[in-house]
Amino acid sequence: MPAGTLYRGREGMWSWVAHRVTGVLIFFFLFVHVLDTALVRVSPEAYDEVVATYKTPIVALLEYGLVAAILFHALNGLRVIAVDFWSKGPRYQKQMLWTVVGIWVVLMAGSLYPVLGHAARELFGS
Amino acid sequence: MSADTTSAIGPVEGTAYDVDNPAPYIEAPRKRTGRTPRATRGNFEMAAWLFMRLSGVVLVVLVLGHLLIQLFLDGGVSKIGFAFVAGRWASPFWQVWDLLMLWLAMLHGANGLRTVINDYAERPNTRLWLKGLLYTATVFTILLGTLVIFTFDPNIR
Repeated sequence: MPAGTLYRGREGMWSWVAHRVTGVLIFFFLFVHVLDTALVRVSPEAYDEVVATYKTPIVALLEYGLVAAILFHALNGLRVIAVDFWSKGPRYQKQMLWTVVGIWVVLMAGSLYPVLGHAARELFGS
Repeated sequence: MSADTTSAIGPVEGTAYDVDNPAPYIEAPRKRTGRTPRATRGNFEMAAWLFMRLSGVVLVVLVLGHLLIQLFLDGGVSKIGFAFVAGRWASPFWQVWDLLMLWLAMLHGANGLRTVINDYAERPNTRLWLKGLLYTATVFTILLGTLVIFTFDPNIR
């Protein structure tokens, strides 16, 4: 690690990095998502045509990634709020991060079938 | 210590200060006085910091609810289409939900990206252009989304 760096490693820095990366990714998705939804003002066919690509297996995987990014950003965001506003927040920031990671893993496992089920049926037959 | 050791404290030079001869008053460092220039930036950064936390809490509810409806319940992404959108936006509740989500998410994201640009873009020109692009894209997307929600026509064809 270079001398004089602000980056301290460990839970605090890596959760900050992950919060940044997921935030930027979600923001870029949001631009695309508003544009695709705007197609409802063009014609029902134009909208349905674009949404049809969202139902393909590859995009389903991207949607699973989007869920992963949003869930982490949401849960870690609540942790950041607790660190800032709860008097004992800074003391428990590591425990809260591992709680966030734990909840995230459980929710991601639970999202497997609802988000990717249709893609699995398409790829491997029902 | 022997008694003849001279005191480490020398005799006070000149006259000691007392009620009739007060010590000169030294102002506390950074104290605001009449000559201090008025702050020109206001509390924008503090307001932005607070906005990220307040909008964040609301967005957790709005976005996770949105994800649950669109990607999880009732067939997930498979059911989405023009008819599904028309059905949802027939209700003012979902119109307000989506409008609020659009505005809060765009402003939350734009402020986040502003912070990222401030952190990594070092040349003033680069910062100016990136932020110009960011603000243009943000205003465009918010206005477009708002227009779409308000002018949606289920009988467009």
